[in-house]
Amino acid sequence: MSILIKGGRIIDPSQGIDETGNILIEDGVVKSYPKTTKKFEKDPDVTVINAKGKVVSPGFVDIHVHLREPGFEHKETIRSGCESAAAGGFTSIVCMPNTNPVNDNASVTEYILLKARTEGIVNVFPIGAITKGEMGETLAQIGEMYEAGCVGVSDDGMPVMNAKVMRHAMEYVQAFDIPVISHAEDKDLSGAGVMNEGVVSTELGLAGIPCASEDVMVSRDITVAELTGARLHICHVSTAGSVRLIRAAKKRGVKVTAEVTPHHFILTDEAVGQYDTNAKMNPPLRGDKDREAILVGLKDGTLDAIATDHAPHSEDEKKVEFDLAPFGIVGLETALPLSLKLVQDGVLTINQMISKLTDAPSGILNLNKGTLKIGAAADVAVWDPEKEITVDRERFHSKAKNSPFHGWKLHGSVLYTIVNGEVVYSA
Amino acid sequence: MTFQRKHILGLEELTAEEITLVLDTAESMKEVSERDVKKVPALRGVTVCNLFYEPSTRTRSSFEIAEKRLSADVLNFTLSHSSVTKGETLLDTARNLEAMGAGVIVIRHPMSGAPWLLAKELDSSIINAGDGSHEHPSQALLDLFTIREIKGRIKGLKVVIVGDILHSRVARSNIWGLVKLGAEVRVVGPPTLIPKYIENAKVRTFYNLDDAIEGADVIIMLRIQMERQESAYFPSLREYSRFYGLTREKLKRASEDVTVMHPGPINRGIELSSDIADDAGSVILAQVSNGIAVRMAMFYLVASAGRNV
Amino acid sequence: MAENVLMDSETIDRTIVRITSEILEKNKGAKELVVIGIRTRGVHIAERIVNRIEKLEGIRPPMGTLDITLYRDDLRRKTEWPKVERTEIPFSVEEKEVILVDDVVYTGRTTRAALEEIMDFGRPSSIQLAAMVDRGHRELPIQPDYVGIKVNTLSSEEVRVHLKETDGNDGVIVLQG
Repeated sequence: MSILIKGGRIIDPSQGIDETGNILIEDGVVKSYPKTTKKFEKDPDVTVINAKGKVVSPGFVDIHVHLREPGFEHKETIRSGCESAAAGGFTSIVCMPNTNPVNDNASVTEYILLKARTEGIVNVFPIGAITKGEMGETLAQIGEMYEAGCVGVSDDGMPVMNAKVMRHAMEYVQAFDIPVISHAEDKDLSGAGVMNEGVVSTELGLAGIPCASEDVMVSRDITVAELTGARLHICHVSTAGSVRLIRAAKKRGVKVTAEVTPHHFILTDEAVGQYDTNAKMNPPLRGDKDREAILVGLKDGTLDAIATDHAPHSEDEKKVEFDLAPFGIVGLETALPLSLKLVQDGVLTINQMISKLTDAPSGILNLNKGTLKIGAAADVAVWDPEKEITVDRERFHSKAKNSPFHGWKLHGSVLYTIVNGEVVYSA
Repeated sequence: MTFQRKHILGLEELTAEEITLVLDTAESMKEVSERDVKKVPALRGVTVCNLFYEPSTRTRSSFEIAEKRLSADVLNFTLSHSSVTKGETLLDTARNLEAMGAGVIVIRHPMSGAPWLLAKELDSSIINAGDGSHEHPSQALLDLFTIREIKGRIKGLKVVIVGDILHSRVARSNIWGLVKLGAEVRVVGPPTLIPKYIENAKVRTFYNLDDAIEGADVIIMLRIQMERQESAYFPSLREYSRFYGLTREKLKRASEDVTVMHPGPINRGIELSSDIADDAGSVILAQVSNGIAVRMAMFYLVASAGRNV
Repeated sequence: MAENVLMDSETIDRTIVRITSEILEKNKGAKELVVIGIRTRGVHIAERIVNRIEKLEGIRPPMGTLDITLYRDDLRRKTEWPKVERTEIPFSVEEKEVILVDDVVYTGRTTRAALEEIMDFGRPSSIQLAAMVDRGHRELPIQPDYVGIKVNTLSSEEVRVHLKETDGNDGVIVLQG
């Protein structure tokens, strides 16, 4: 079974390609870029996808996803999370370890990968915990998890507050050449905070999380990375201070990378409005100045990748008092149209945007994904960057509907998602 | 003008005209409270539920009297603070009350925004009786009513709010109401308890009580919560009282006919020295009786705007 | 809209004089009288009656104003509730002859509300109703004791009492709907 994607605008930043052409997929890999297509079109064994006027890019890579399984299957499962990813054009996703049980040992890693092989329709790469139970005290089975298939370690959502433990983690991971992924937050400074500390939190009478609570920890992690020589990846950057710190660290040669979520480059804390729990996430939506700094950081390369921090929660869990609602929103199915806003607003070229969703994130975790090189696994997204869509949470493939973008009119629609040469989603 | 709101959630969203209408209506309601038979039939057949997640006997009693004076049927539903996180969700509880026929739900809740959740999800009219650190509209309206009664106006008055602005819903509602009605508002307290972003609400902030009090027409003292000391907002109540407690000496800087108000209950010797507390007693009692009239007005106006009540 | 003038300024003056005389005759003077006007125009008519009593008897009976809004029986049906004004009855009605004054008697529902409200203030010896116009169409068993003019109207018509105090001039007119 072969697939011919015909006449699309092929953009693959990993090879510096941006041209109209054809791609032939055979046996699950990118076979060739044929100049003429006639003979394939006549072949009954070749499925032809007409991509005229559409973009053909490597399938997107999301290095920050919560699949919730095992333990929280009412929010999302590996199956539903993968379906959501496919609908968003993602062909590879990286899942965070804050499941129940926590992915802090090889057996949980193996369970996730087994589930992903049998039920998942996109490539799933687990992240292991830094510390046992994400408790911040003793190191998790990092080596065994690495052997089992983990591509990095993180205590996402439960930052390692003890700098010495963090130091040991950063030293230890170098035996396996995987990065430490930091949800940078000083829990003491955040206190009982539930949103960005600022005018809006003051008006709403909600406890604030100051920007400093992120900046302090980014600063510490960079310093410890410098001390140890480890590769450090900063998750979901939300503040101007973080952008500044990361930019300076990169300049002096610290091995630090960073990601930003679409909600942090699109929204500000004004989105909380009248206690909209779908605008509650951690790190919180920040102010205008932070958003502007993030846009500059995207443009100048300080922020390497776009990741969604897809954090599904059931509707019941979100329909509560703001203080009680869990942090997080879904992101896989809105990532492309939201990222395209960066292109429409002149922040990034379309090639840069695609890079931040494909080869750049793949490179951070050495996934070998996000490319259309001949011989590479055929993970492809075919999409229409112009088509107007209205975000409708009822049509999400995710189990969860917690999106602040419901009802938004955006441009950009995924038409086909192909994983290992199989069409796993078509509009 | 007529009142178009089905809910009264806070003063931030009310216009100056709407606030004035509530105060004017409260004048008429006050007359009812002065009669021998303190009861009118306006809300006959309406069931009002007082859903309280915080033990506040004063506020609840005031709402209950207001409801009864308007002939509403009253259902009190008081839950412990811990039931917020344990057991039934707020929405499920409120939906139950609505199913029992509650046309108006008065809610007091320790978390900011809880009344907005009910307003969004239920059909009943919602009256906010205090949510977290956010708003306490009935308290602010009765403060405004009392100030207007004593001073004859609000516009142009210098009003100082003293204490824990950061956590105070009384402060927020009063700031919005006072500023809308044209008062000049100052807030003063230890820097840890004055959120720097409050200046966005068009108030001036002070850390020194003497400076803040200069020429004040009205001083609203906030109650200080003992637990703030434990979370390192200030070193001790003694020190707090020394710098932010109101004494006869400090009061000399205020305008001669200054009015001192307190939402009660007072921590004597901490927020107010005992002699000032005694002097302020009559105003505080006026606040209590005005509270009933203001709450009657809130019910009348909400019931008139809420179609299905 | 066609307009039919029922009473002019002079007729209204004469009617006040007549109604006042009837009140005094029936109650054998003004000693036990109190006069309560229903907001808004009933108050002004009550004021004129009180003035007339004072002129005739040399004593001025206590006068009150009544806002019946909180006693209305149609609150639940109305989409817009009227603004509540103050009721002011700064005297006891116990054992008094209460003269209740309104501009127009129509369905009788306003009168019913007023009766209920007055009773909440105490137990008068009697309550008597004076109205400038009785336009019929009663829905309750209520009859005025003193009437300026009785007129047959259609429900579609509107009867308006204009008074100097509120409208600039005196007159009673019927508007055809």
